[in-house]
Amino acid sequence: MKKVYASAAEALDGVLKDGMLIASGGFGLCGIPELLLAAIRDAGTKDLTFASNNAGVDDFGIGILLQTKQVKKMISSYVGENAEFMRQYLSGELELEFTPQGTLAERMRAGGSGIPGFYTKTGVGTVIAEGKDVKNWGGQDYILEEGIFADLAIVKAWKADETGNLVFRKTARNFNPPAAMCGKICVVEVEEIVPTGSLDPDLIHLPGVYVHRIIQGQHEKRIEQRTTRKREEA
Amino acid sequence: MWDRNQMAARAALELEDGMYVNLGIGIPTLVANYVGDKDITLQSENGMLGMGAFPFEGDEDADLINAGKQTITEMDRTAYFDSATSFGMIRGGKIAAAILGAMEVAENGDLANWMIPGKLVKGMGGAMDLVAGVGRVIVVMDHANKHGESKVLKECTLPLTGKGVVDRIITNMGVFDVVEGGLRIVECADGVTEEELRAATEATLV
Repeated sequence: MKKVYASAAEALDGVLKDGMLIASGGFGLCGIPELLLAAIRDAGTKDLTFASNNAGVDDFGIGILLQTKQVKKMISSYVGENAEFMRQYLSGELELEFTPQGTLAERMRAGGSGIPGFYTKTGVGTVIAEGKDVKNWGGQDYILEEGIFADLAIVKAWKADETGNLVFRKTARNFNPPAAMCGKICVVEVEEIVPTGSLDPDLIHLPGVYVHRIIQGQHEKRIEQRTTRKREEA
Repeated sequence: MWDRNQMAARAALELEDGMYVNLGIGIPTLVANYVGDKDITLQSENGMLGMGAFPFEGDEDADLINAGKQTITEMDRTAYFDSATSFGMIRGGKIAAAILGAMEVAENGDLANWMIPGKLVKGMGGAMDLVAGVGRVIVVMDHANKHGESKVLKECTLPLTGKGVVDRIITNMGVFDVVEGGLRIVECADGVTEEELRAATEATLV
């Protein structure tokens, strides 16, 4: 059971295929699999569909794959802060399946848990509900949403052991666990690979059963909105 | 008329000791400055309960942001979790209230705040989940748009974020509750008369 690979390109070797569905972790630029995204750009894989809350910014995150026109469709809740995304969407070059943020997270979790569909009240009475089955429980309407079964999940974690047990850091956890769960193959990039046995088993956020390949690398970890207060305000 | 900070201060009066609350982007974010001694835990839907203040210069952490992607800090009570868990607590009604901005609100409680067709495409983010799931939805927004037209309407014209979801509306001109048959004026902002408030509002006032 060798899960540790030497580089992002090596970890994605034989995995990437044109037209595949990729689930990606990250929220904004926080906790995104930046090394794997760069490797997908370099591999030139085309017609990709991404299930990802955002598409990064113009020159970082999934944004780099929009610039190279490698993305056919996004399944996302938010496209602000990315001018190229909006341009491609409004010109019809890029398909977009708007999915409420919680519905997207649950669609990933459900797909990874063997649940092909679930009912939610999110989006009832809005355009999101159009064409979807409606059921009523206790006087409240719920709409049918489908689980996401991705061909590949790309994920960023803080630490992994050699068996793929993962620990995330602060709000960089976000969509990474549900994205990891819904991928047929899950490739993870981490800041540190630690020896198996050195993580406290009670404090593992995602067990290694979901993780197939791991790489360690240097992360830029760009900040989207640097917001601070002055020291004297303390 | 109230300014942004006065609107935020008025919205903070809606919060009670012990509440878990989600604050939206913009004026709602300012509400955190006015909770005073009340024991309020702020939820950030990207996976955090117990959101702290902005960091001091030099202490920013790329792994610690709020839903507006701003750098923030943690507190003693802070807990982190993934997005599916985060929206589980939102959809499951564990979050007592959400304070959100809006483009339009209607007298039946309809809310529109996520897109202008053909013009502005940002996305709903977590807003549709929040308005569907939390205990109480409070909208804080300017009473009129930049053309001076009422944003408090009989019917929304923009794509909805939620249908019949708003409980209370706080604008720079006053406070309204969504009730049977329309909106009820709760109070007028400083220096605004009830006549002025009625004249500036398109929605049915009961």
